[in-house]
Amino acid sequence: MIELAAVNKTYRMGGQPLHALRDINLNIGAGEYLSVMGPSGSGKSTLLNMIGLLDRPDSGSYRLNGTATEALAEEKRAAMRRDNIGFIFQSFQLVNRLTAFENVELPMVLAGQKRGVRRQAVNEVLDILGIADRRHHRPGQMSGGQLQRVAIARAIVMKPRVLLADEPTGNLDQASGEEVIKALEDLNREGITLLVVTHDLALGRRARRRIRMVDGAISGDDRNESGRSTAL
Amino acid sequence: MNPGDQLRFNWQVFRGQWTRTLMLVVAVAIGVAAVILLTSLGEGARRYISAEFASLGNRLLIVFPGRNETTGGAPPVYGVAPRDLTLEDARALARVPAVRDMAPIIAGTTVVSRQRLSREVLTIGTTPGFFSVRRIDVGRGRILPEASHQEALAVCILGAHLKKELFGSERAVGEWVRVGERRVRVVGVLRDEGESLGMDMNDMVIIPVRTAEQLFDSPKLFRVLLELQEGADTETVTERLRAVVRERHEGEDDVTIVSQDSLLAAFDNILTTVTLAISAIAAISLLVAGILIMNISLISVSQRRREIGLLKAVGASRRQVRQLFLGEAFLLVALGSVLGIAVAVAGVVLMRELWPAFPLMPPWWAAPAAVITAVLSGLVFSWLPASRAARLDPVLALRGNIP
Repeated sequence: MIELAAVNKTYRMGGQPLHALRDINLNIGAGEYLSVMGPSGSGKSTLLNMIGLLDRPDSGSYRLNGTATEALAEEKRAAMRRDNIGFIFQSFQLVNRLTAFENVELPMVLAGQKRGVRRQAVNEVLDILGIADRRHHRPGQMSGGQLQRVAIARAIVMKPRVLLADEPTGNLDQASGEEVIKALEDLNREGITLLVVTHDLALGRRARRRIRMVDGAISGDDRNESGRSTAL
Repeated sequence: MNPGDQLRFNWQVFRGQWTRTLMLVVAVAIGVAAVILLTSLGEGARRYISAEFASLGNRLLIVFPGRNETTGGAPPVYGVAPRDLTLEDARALARVPAVRDMAPIIAGTTVVSRQRLSREVLTIGTTPGFFSVRRIDVGRGRILPEASHQEALAVCILGAHLKKELFGSERAVGEWVRVGERRVRVVGVLRDEGESLGMDMNDMVIIPVRTAEQLFDSPKLFRVLLELQEGADTETVTERLRAVVRERHEGEDDVTIVSQDSLLAAFDNILTTVTLAISAIAAISLLVAGILIMNISLISVSQRRREIGLLKAVGASRRQVRQLFLGEAFLLVALGSVLGIAVAVAGVVLMRELWPAFPLMPPWWAAPAAVITAVLSGLVFSWLPASRAARLDPVLALRGNIP
């Protein structure tokens, strides 16, 4: 469902061109569980933003569900992002003035959905993530693990096919990190495609497919362990 | 995004930053209130003058000596005429059939004294017609006698205030005063009327026109007031009057004739322009409010970079982000306008209480014009910050980096 072919991206940093992505060819099927690892500046986050339609390739093509995305207008890309992709960030990115419920509701509000529909969907995902009792709390009144679970709830409330997580446990202690990863893996088991960008080796190893990046290029792509995918 | 949801979203932003919100709302309110109050003053002045003219009745013609050559200009107050307009001319004008009443006027300043008290006041030399044409009357005694047309009678009528200054509470009618060098007998005292068309009726002395000719040593009339009969056509009468003047002035109609209507129209024009001008000045405060909104919104956009990046990541398009920020400005202006109108209405009511004589009134267009200007200013000046927010690169914004 995600097909990247010969994707290149170059940034200008103080006059020096920085080749963030070099000839990336990557196909990701529905329901896969990938980790992307590599040193800082290797292009992990750029790849994530590219897949999440936050960035446009300089050259190459990116097809999402069979649709060529490079040529789409900004409005179309925003709608596609809204309907297909959920983001999870290291620093949660919750809006502090809004309650947990309102934060989770945000993508549905932007999509113009009706209040009743929103209420039901939000309560459902809050239940799934075990934070229904926090729905009227603001971010300042919650722990890190709870905050990230609110963020995950927000990422899945539109029922996206792809979940993109950028260092989801980076700001959490070990126990909370474990809970968050469990929650993400549960969602993957339900069929969502999960892509985790991380520095953390232990976290990266849990994925069934592991991608290594160096200097903007893919240097390794292993499918293993849990067995099933390696054979394919 | 539904309008209701956007409103709620904007409101939540305001609640989180209520000092900023209050400041901007007050800035807009001051601008809106200033426009409405200042236009009310202008409109009040216009109404005041209209009412003054209306009190004269609407069939008044004023004849000035001297020809006003430039059309459309103001009538010459002290005309420079080759031939004077004299009492004889005035009486000839009065014989035109449609003229019901006539009042010649010689005006000047003299010292009026009684015993050791003296006052320098406006002195009007005229005939009994003045009282009916100007709709004034005496409170005590009687008006000028008919013989004022022919004889330099030694009589006068005092304004109410002048009488008080010279006589206090004593009886004035029948007493003698000096007007310039002449001893005259007080035959009447004007009713206390206040000002009329800028002439302070309380502080003047009225004497027969012949007496004034001698006093000022000149037959020159300052002007002639003519009151026309009901239903007379101003145009035709004016032509007839010009013909009379031509006959008497060797073929030249060297006078300026102004009808009360045209005078009123001229004043109306001037005051409408003045009202517009002061409202434009007041609108500058709305411009300032707009610039304030722009600056504060720019700060707000850079403070909320992460939030904007997040909104984009969860599916907000550029248009939606811009709409959110423009909506914020619009809501601020709406709140400010409501507050401003409330303040203006309160101000108008208060001022009417304090000065009941002055018909303070906002013209119908003041509030809509103020609100539209405020909204335009708010939207124009928040366009830049809103566009900046819309263009923000979500990737960089989420990292919190400032490019």
